[in-house]
Amino acid sequence: MLLRHTTAKEIDRKALTINPAKTCQPVGAMYAALGIHGCLPHSHGSQGCCAYHRSALTRHFKEPVLASTSSFSEGSSVFGGASNLTQAIQTIFKVYNPDIIAVHTTCLSETIGDDLNSIVSKADEDGLIPEGKKVIYCNTPSYVGSHITGYSNQVAALVKFFSKSTSHKCNVINLVNGWMEPSDQREIKRIAKMMEIRTIMFPDMTDSLDTPLTGKYDMFPKGGVTQEDLTATGDSRFSIGIGPDCTENTCVKLDEKCHVKYDVVDIPIGLKATDRFIMSLSHHSGLPVPGCINDERGRLLDMVADNSKYLYGKRVALYGDPDTLVPLVEFLISLDMKPVYVITGSESNYFNKHMEKMLKNISGAKYKSGELADTFRLHQWIKQEGVDMIFGNTYAKYIARDEDIPLIRIGFPIADRPGHNFFPITGYVGATNLVIQILNAFLDKQDRTCEEEKVEFQM
Amino acid sequence: MGYILKERQNQVSVAGNHAETIDCNKASLAGSVSQRACVFCGSRVVLYPIADALHLIHGPIGCAAYTWDIRGSLSSGSQLYRLSFSTDLQERDVIFGGEKKLIAALRELIDLHHPKAAFVYTTCIVGVIGDDVEKICQIVEEEKGIPVIPVQAPGFQGTKKDGYRIACEALFKLIGRINRPTPAHSINILGDFNLAGELWMLVDYYKQIGVNVNCSLTGDGRVEDIGNAHNAALNVVQCSGSMSRLAVMMEEKYGIPWKRVSYFGIEDMSEALYLVARFFNDSDMMEKARNLVRKQFERLMPKLQWYKDKLKGKKAAIYVGGAFKAISLVKALRLIGVQSVIVGSQTGTKEDYDVIRRLCDEGTIIVDDSNPVELSNFVKEKGANIFIGGVKERPIAYKLGLGFCDHNHERKIALSGYDGMLNFAKEIYATAMSPIWKFT
Repeated sequence: MLLRHTTAKEIDRKALTINPAKTCQPVGAMYAALGIHGCLPHSHGSQGCCAYHRSALTRHFKEPVLASTSSFSEGSSVFGGASNLTQAIQTIFKVYNPDIIAVHTTCLSETIGDDLNSIVSKADEDGLIPEGKKVIYCNTPSYVGSHITGYSNQVAALVKFFSKSTSHKCNVINLVNGWMEPSDQREIKRIAKMMEIRTIMFPDMTDSLDTPLTGKYDMFPKGGVTQEDLTATGDSRFSIGIGPDCTENTCVKLDEKCHVKYDVVDIPIGLKATDRFIMSLSHHSGLPVPGCINDERGRLLDMVADNSKYLYGKRVALYGDPDTLVPLVEFLISLDMKPVYVITGSESNYFNKHMEKMLKNISGAKYKSGELADTFRLHQWIKQEGVDMIFGNTYAKYIARDEDIPLIRIGFPIADRPGHNFFPITGYVGATNLVIQILNAFLDKQDRTCEEEKVEFQM
Repeated sequence: MGYILKERQNQVSVAGNHAETIDCNKASLAGSVSQRACVFCGSRVVLYPIADALHLIHGPIGCAAYTWDIRGSLSSGSQLYRLSFSTDLQERDVIFGGEKKLIAALRELIDLHHPKAAFVYTTCIVGVIGDDVEKICQIVEEEKGIPVIPVQAPGFQGTKKDGYRIACEALFKLIGRINRPTPAHSINILGDFNLAGELWMLVDYYKQIGVNVNCSLTGDGRVEDIGNAHNAALNVVQCSGSMSRLAVMMEEKYGIPWKRVSYFGIEDMSEALYLVARFFNDSDMMEKARNLVRKQFERLMPKLQWYKDKLKGKKAAIYVGGAFKAISLVKALRLIGVQSVIVGSQTGTKEDYDVIRRLCDEGTIIVDDSNPVELSNFVKEKGANIFIGGVKERPIAYKLGLGFCDHNHERKIALSGYDGMLNFAKEIYATAMSPIWKFT
């Protein structure tokens, strides 16, 4: 088995990352750019980066993912990538004709010091950007932060390039999406709609990375936030950033540029985080929470109560992104489970602060973020004292198999199961879905492994 | 064909039009949605299946993360190659250099896993900051007593094909380190990556005709077997794009002749056996090969006929990594009644494309380094029913309402050899005839 290579004894590693719990910035920028209508993400670097990011996103969403590349060569590394990008801009508008090109950098173009601002300005002056079209850009050096940093940088760039304030404020709430599945975003939209709140959601991957099969292929699907809406975000009365590490930067920038006040909340995963999100929505829109939402909450509570005996005391290991892990761990504690080991490869004060607080009463609980916080380490912890369940992306399946524990797939990438882009984990409905997944995993295992005479009809 | 860029027009051709030869082996045009990858990717995919070596990627985390266990190259033992090892370079390393981190990581890794050899891949950024990876590998090799081989593969220094060449050069450094008693009728298999256990089928076929497979490069590969590769009598090379370079080097240094084969489809698989028997000039071996082929042929043909009847009139679009594979695919599809109307590859050579043009029916579109816009237009124009490609093409094919067969490294069933041919027919049938296409 793959992870027999893991030893229980933690060796002292100073330089070596094994089986990472993160990836690099540009893929996050690419993902965020796919939530803009009519936008082609562009990777300013070697061809491989673009191919890898597209493959990773394609495997995860099972959707076409298009992005172009500057196709760096030996020459570009010596003379800079300006001519590649200038050529790329022309090629892209000629062949693919998007409304927007969203350029992000890579470790290579950053290290050789390409200045996107001057390259794009020059292209504009030379008339290479057709009327009404836009080329936006952000810096995403792969050796800083992780994929969520890249995501955050791309989203912040939307404010820089689009948001405008006129004197006319609109009764609209900006919903700035952190790294979530299209299904999670769809659920948040549904909640806002039930509350009759006017919103602009950005970026918006619904109908972009969960498109229906029609027999036709549109390079630019119908989804994604439009340029008009992005421009209008500067006139909204308030912003809610959903997931601090991915959205706080954007909210701050929008406040600075257009004076739109903001609240940054946890991603509404689980009971308490959804409570807080809905209260924030209600408070800042001035609209009440309708009964139907209360009912959804009540049904979640009812289901948890019916099944709580299967959840009590269960030890859980998790890895993923800070914005997901903080509310998820909080929810597991609400379910009377014991999140004992939590890892994220992304350096995060938000994560550290909340884990410190939430895990202090759970004996033996450990967490780590940033460099050398990898899934190899998580597995070593599990080998020292076992857990009953693991949460993670597809790579967690090796640990799950080795330890014979159920796996709940949350995170990126999920390359081996469908469902994550259909069924949300946000909101009360998403929390219900999540609890069902957890329960079914435990109960299926019990039915499969218990002694024959103990197989029971009623559970 | 207005959707084809002017600059790319020479990379598209039509079978039957004998005036043109296709342009290929060019870097993709900046700004294209290329389906290609980079130098690093090329070297990584070739060396990856060497199961008892460790593969350390020196660069920021991405290059290690995206190549972590993504290729279904199976190993019969060690699983070490499926772990992801990275130096996870940070900003400070980019400024002050990554050498210290690299040497520490290598030592930690070798102490932890005691591998038979280590490959150290340099990525784009290392190519720019100028870490002396050669020197570090040499130091650690002397210190730990195992081969530590630098794979200098910064992504921008060429195409994926250059990555293949670099991998071959790395492999060459392992060869000749060991001398084991090796039977006279021994071959090396080059260019099979043991996807879905395909190598194991080949080894068995060769065994049945009395041929010993001395070493596989690189599917289910082992460092010590590779060290003894120079003692084989013949190199049999599949996926020639990636491995012929190594065969040439071995011919020059060790005098080992090499032959190009394909294991895909009945025709090519059988020829791969005959060719080896002819090489050894052994009538007993030839007789065994004939018997094996006859037996398999009799077993398969009635089954394939069933598929042929059902699939008659279906049209396929092929877009794969290597052109040599595309050639086999055209033949294999023809065997089950499917006509290839589009044939393309990421890394084909002029010679490959010439063969394709002669092989295909008049009007077949032949394309090098294509992109989704071209491909989806070709498919519409030609009325294809099935697409054969890799991970990035799959969802596009489905959106267009086409069947799809993964003939790349994400294939889940063996497609090589005789059973592979049957699997292939079954897969093509299942996807082309799926009821889902009636609902679109």
